[in-house]
Amino acid sequence: MITAGVDVGNKFTKVVILGDGRVLAKSAVLSGFDQAAASEEAMAAALDKAGIGRDDVQHITATGAGKNEVPFARSTVTEVGAGARGALYLFPAARTVVDVGAEEGRALKCNEQGKIVDFAINEKCAAGAGSFTEAMARALEIAVEEMGPLSLQSTRAVPMNAQCAVFAESEVVSLIHAKTPKEDIAHAVHDAIASRVISMVRRVGLEKDLALIGGLAYNAGFVRSMEEGLEVKAQVPEDPEYVTALGAALVAAEKAGEEA
Amino acid sequence: MALAREPQRKEYWRWTEYNWRNPDLDWRRAKTITAGVDVGSVSSQAVIMCDGELYAFANMRTGSDSPTSAQRAMDWAMENTGMTLKDVHFTVGTGYGRVNVPFANKAITEIACHARGGNFMYGPTVRTILDMGGQDCKAIHCDEKGKVTSFLMNDKCAAGTGRGMEVFADLLGVSIEDVGELSLQVAEEPEPVSSTCVVFAKTEATGLLRAGWPREKVLAAYCSAMAHRVVSLLERNGVEPDFAITGGIAKNVGVVSRIEKELGIKALKPRYDTQLAGAIGAALFGKALVEKGRR
Amino acid sequence: MIANYGYKDGAGDWFLSIDTDKCAGCGEKPCVNSCPEQVLEAITDDYDDEVVAVREAHRKKLRYSCNPCPRMEGKLPCQQVCPADAIVRSW
Repeated sequence: MITAGVDVGNKFTKVVILGDGRVLAKSAVLSGFDQAAASEEAMAAALDKAGIGRDDVQHITATGAGKNEVPFARSTVTEVGAGARGALYLFPAARTVVDVGAEEGRALKCNEQGKIVDFAINEKCAAGAGSFTEAMARALEIAVEEMGPLSLQSTRAVPMNAQCAVFAESEVVSLIHAKTPKEDIAHAVHDAIASRVISMVRRVGLEKDLALIGGLAYNAGFVRSMEEGLEVKAQVPEDPEYVTALGAALVAAEKAGEEA
Repeated sequence: MALAREPQRKEYWRWTEYNWRNPDLDWRRAKTITAGVDVGSVSSQAVIMCDGELYAFANMRTGSDSPTSAQRAMDWAMENTGMTLKDVHFTVGTGYGRVNVPFANKAITEIACHARGGNFMYGPTVRTILDMGGQDCKAIHCDEKGKVTSFLMNDKCAAGTGRGMEVFADLLGVSIEDVGELSLQVAEEPEPVSSTCVVFAKTEATGLLRAGWPREKVLAAYCSAMAHRVVSLLERNGVEPDFAITGGIAKNVGVVSRIEKELGIKALKPRYDTQLAGAIGAALFGKALVEKGRR
Repeated sequence: MIANYGYKDGAGDWFLSIDTDKCAGCGEKPCVNSCPEQVLEAITDDYDDEVVAVREAHRKKLRYSCNPCPRMEGKLPCQQVCPADAIVRSW
């Protein structure tokens, strides 16, 4: 049985194609301002990689901020539901899942059966999402991919006072003027965003294992700040960005099974 | 240097800095000369008052450190007056950098100074002052003497602040001083930008521009979102007339008119530069302290 | 004066409102020590009154500073010990 999950995020649209519990292909394209077109494009790319046609896919489930914009999806699932599903598939021992994407952060807790018992979503504020790191990378005049490795070189914690991403940008600029090493600033940026994500985790209550998913989990600096702040080791998948799409594909498989 | 090689880019956020002197006053005849220095996160003002009358002021952008900004503003206010710091009987520092005004005799919070200054600028009937500054937004209620009866401040987030407006001026390539007027040149009021967060609002605006919206329509959508944000802050304490708006955003007719519309109350017409409220209040606190000392 | 410390965000209103006219008359200020997070401090305000204020460091995160506190009859410890009912919270 072949199914697919489409995760239309604020920044990227991700597709995972699943064949009998195995990932056949995945793809990501910029969501842009036409989410329907982006999902078509991502789907076509993934089908191409898998070497199959659209008709070979039995069920497609959409999730993410633009889940209702996917013209070819048969069903939808919430981001929280899909994220939990994907994370527990990869890490069956995970009880707390943190998912931080470009514009949204989520923390959820589930029981042994994988059922979500509590979750928290950040407040539509860039301070607790991936956009924060992007804005700070711009202020530091480095690529966002460099932020993580750079901050790992830091051994010193400098505090950041600003909560708001816009104010934090000015703070980063003053830190640069004050000759603060860039690695220490990057470290401070990750501590700042982690502290906000951690308060969300505390709200649902931390239970081990902790899994980090979503685009920000690629950032080793953020992962370190999370681990230090929560004093627990985190499970990070190889492709954290695709976990929610994977979860949607798993949901699709279930639906296809019901239909059969 | 790397910075020098970058192509020259217009700084749309930059507003006109200036100084002013009252030609009808001679400070040498004054009994009490006091100064108020408001070092904000974005702008700094120095005000000199002679016996409670406005004598001179300077309004400029805050530099990288508070002491230098305070000194520069004060020097510019005293320019061509023959006055030196020694002639000033008392100086009060206020604003975000108030404890870093090296020549100040005392620091007083901007909340108290805005109420006192608002009372001077708009008269004793003003009861609600909305201060929309560079990095914060304050809703202040005061009595007929300009004493604070309640206050509320948002400085956690750039939504509803001057900094948020600067981000938009830059994005759209419109001078910050023209944003308000331009935002009113729409035939029909668009839906406000839905994101409160300035970072997300910027992404949203980029999308609207790509969808073919003209700049004025995007500005209208942002100005009304900002007005809405501020009004929701005002709701907590209510708005009691007379109502006045101070700070840099008070000069933005696009935001002010939309706040008035949403509240159903007109704001008092300003007779002074709206950015001076804090510094004027500080100078008046100084006067009261000098007079108390003499008694 | 009603001093509102806190903020508004997507999740709601997070304000501690202190009636400093009631507070200025209180010599003990038991609220300060009742708070496990040291959110409150005694200050001299701009009108030379001895009042209680929310510390600067907590003003932008009140929601997280105050939420773990136990409630008795719906009141936080600082509210319970205040002899003048001068502290009101918005959530």
